[in-house]
Amino acid sequence: MLKRHEFFEKHGFFLTVGILIAVSIGGIVEIAPLFYLESTIEKVEGVRPYSPLELAGRNIYVREGCYTCHSQQVRPLRDEVERYGHYSLAAESMYDHPFQWGSKRSGPDLARLGGKYSDEWHRQHMADPRSLVPESIMPPYAFLSKRRLDYTSIQGALKANRAVGVPYTDEMIESAVSDLEAQVDPFSDNYDALLARYPKAQIREFDGDAERITEMDALIAYMQVIGTMVDFEEYQAEENYR
Amino acid sequence: MTDQRMSLRGLGTDGMLIASFLGVGIIYWLFILARAGDPLITFHAYIFIMAFILGLFGLVIRATNPTPGDIGGYAMDVVKAGVIASVFWGIAGFLVGVIIAFQLAFPDIFYFENAPWTNFGRLRPLHTSAVIFAFGGNVLIATSFYVVQRTCRARLAGGLAPWFVFWGYNLFIVIAATGYLVGVTQSKEYAEPEWYADLWLTLVWVVYLLVFLGTIWKRKEPHIYVANWFYLSFIVTVAMLHIVNNLAMPISLASSKSYSLFAGVQDALTQWWYGHNAVGFFLTTGFLAIMYYFIPKRAERPVFSYRLSIVHFWSLIFIYIWAGPHHLHYTALPEWAQTLGMTFSIMLWMPSWGGMINGLMTLSGAWDKLRTDPVIRMMVVSVAFYGMSTFEGPVMSIRAVNALSHYTDWTIGHVHSGALGWVGYISFGALYCLVPWLWKRKSLYSNAMVEWHFWISTIGIVLYITSMWVSGIMQGLMWRAYNEFGFLQYSFVETVQAMHPYYVIRAFGGTLFLTGALIMAYNLWRTARGDIRAAEAPRLGATAPAE
Repeated sequence: MLKRHEFFEKHGFFLTVGILIAVSIGGIVEIAPLFYLESTIEKVEGVRPYSPLELAGRNIYVREGCYTCHSQQVRPLRDEVERYGHYSLAAESMYDHPFQWGSKRSGPDLARLGGKYSDEWHRQHMADPRSLVPESIMPPYAFLSKRRLDYTSIQGALKANRAVGVPYTDEMIESAVSDLEAQVDPFSDNYDALLARYPKAQIREFDGDAERITEMDALIAYMQVIGTMVDFEEYQAEENYR
Repeated sequence: MTDQRMSLRGLGTDGMLIASFLGVGIIYWLFILARAGDPLITFHAYIFIMAFILGLFGLVIRATNPTPGDIGGYAMDVVKAGVIASVFWGIAGFLVGVIIAFQLAFPDIFYFENAPWTNFGRLRPLHTSAVIFAFGGNVLIATSFYVVQRTCRARLAGGLAPWFVFWGYNLFIVIAATGYLVGVTQSKEYAEPEWYADLWLTLVWVVYLLVFLGTIWKRKEPHIYVANWFYLSFIVTVAMLHIVNNLAMPISLASSKSYSLFAGVQDALTQWWYGHNAVGFFLTTGFLAIMYYFIPKRAERPVFSYRLSIVHFWSLIFIYIWAGPHHLHYTALPEWAQTLGMTFSIMLWMPSWGGMINGLMTLSGAWDKLRTDPVIRMMVVSVAFYGMSTFEGPVMSIRAVNALSHYTDWTIGHVHSGALGWVGYISFGALYCLVPWLWKRKSLYSNAMVEWHFWISTIGIVLYITSMWVSGIMQGLMWRAYNEFGFLQYSFVETVQAMHPYYVIRAFGGTLFLTGALIMAYNLWRTARGDIRAAEAPRLGATAPAE
């Protein structure tokens, strides 16, 4: 063996190629099948692409590094299902570029956050977490209410998402800006069109300020939709065991 | 005119190539600047342009007075620069770590309502990237440039290319770090920098690989030394991981925001294939290379077993790459992938300990040096930490254990026993060796200060990892605790409250580790200046100590 290994020790090129082969195999065997095994993603009803406002909110969630303290992945363990809700499905994040499953819970899991608290609760909690939860160690995010949401590139954001596989239609892309504005305005003329494009989208003044669209609007819109798309009353768990 | 042409010739082909590349870069970023889609990319465009202009200035200065700074025919100036950058980034990274540790213990410290850049969510990537890529990366670049020259008996290939690697890499660090603070991130752990920073790093990394391979091809030694196999696997594999995990679609060429090519479950496994092998190939094989050069050199003993080197090298790199799925136990990742990841993670224990044994046993016949040489003690303790955390890792990768440990501080403690103990100490050992060698000093400024560094930071590490064991296991148990009525016993926030004392201990431990590093920085600075601490200087006329 020592003699044969001499070959690698004397040829930098073949050593490099040998290394490349050795380190490629694991990834090919483990990752590649996830793209073609149909059982990888469960068959579910209700998962749709994010509305423009939700996507903008998700961008803020990513920007602020929420994933450094909050996971979005309920494991199928008794205590987690009781604490947070139904365990997470792969299908629920199939349009998430990138995924936000997280790796650490310095704060609670957020996979079933949507609908759990009121908008008002979120506003106050984001502005000053310890005013609602005195033992919390979360930093304050009061600035989100003061900053206007910059959505000049929202159309581009939808296009980029479509390029990587999210099924946004031409219509969705064309009306991205008006859809975004309509979602914070319950009296908008686009109300029905928005709902037709994004079924069950929640339409209201998320940050309580009708004057302008803030980053807080977008973030709360996103937080209120997390984990709410799948109707678990109708979900057939047995059919999706893998 | 003649003078100018002379000076351009002084630059050489390598310099001309870099200069024209920087010129093109400036034009590109001016173009982006003109059409910038958001203020964040404007900010980064300015940094790129400024850096490229400084690079051109540097080239002009270099051309007018070429100072190769060679030591015995080896290019050592760039190694010196790497040593300085390592110490600087190390302290910066440890400092941010201490700040965020205190934030978790005392949530009102260093939080400013209207300064988002002071929030944990932005500082945490700054800490991880600063210690892994800025500190670790500069240590790896500096030591690899040193080791490959000495073990090949050849000057670094590529003329000025190694300097391009050094400055280019550090520019990447600046772009990444400033990006996190202002909110440029793609949120993939340890791969947070956005697409344009990733492309820049890819380019720098390719040049790095070429410089390294080029030097190997020029070697005057018949064999490629074992440390270089490890460096090579680090460079090649990190390139592969970096490219695949960062595939993304930017909103436009003039936008700082991109969307990952993969989504959901595929994105998760790609990320943790990357993430775990950032540990495996950046923080393990790279630093094993340091072990394979600096421990034998310092102990003046040959590597314990050549055969073991071969077996553990190939098995380590082959097996490591499979271990990623253990970060996704009980998630929506299909179970077959989880099981495969767990199996290989447990198998990984063997090659890891092969490396540990090879490092420790190199001390055979020189164990007395543990008592007399604090630098070698630091490196040996480092290898011991490596052994400990590569045993803990496979244990934590078992699904049943992971059900408890995952999402808790146990993981944080595990990472830090590897990062502070293994990566930190082997790097400090290498720096303590390199500074006297590079600046041609007979010895360090003070061995006693190395002792202080060693003991202060060891106490710091022990406080850190034990407090995280307790808080992690405690929190995991509290999450799953039921009362006598069959209800969950604790609300989430009660578990947060319970961790407070351990967060305080951890922050204190981190402070000790930072203190040790500051002592090292002072010691190295005085060493480079050529000072010897008065109390430790060999006294004139001193005779052998009395019996």
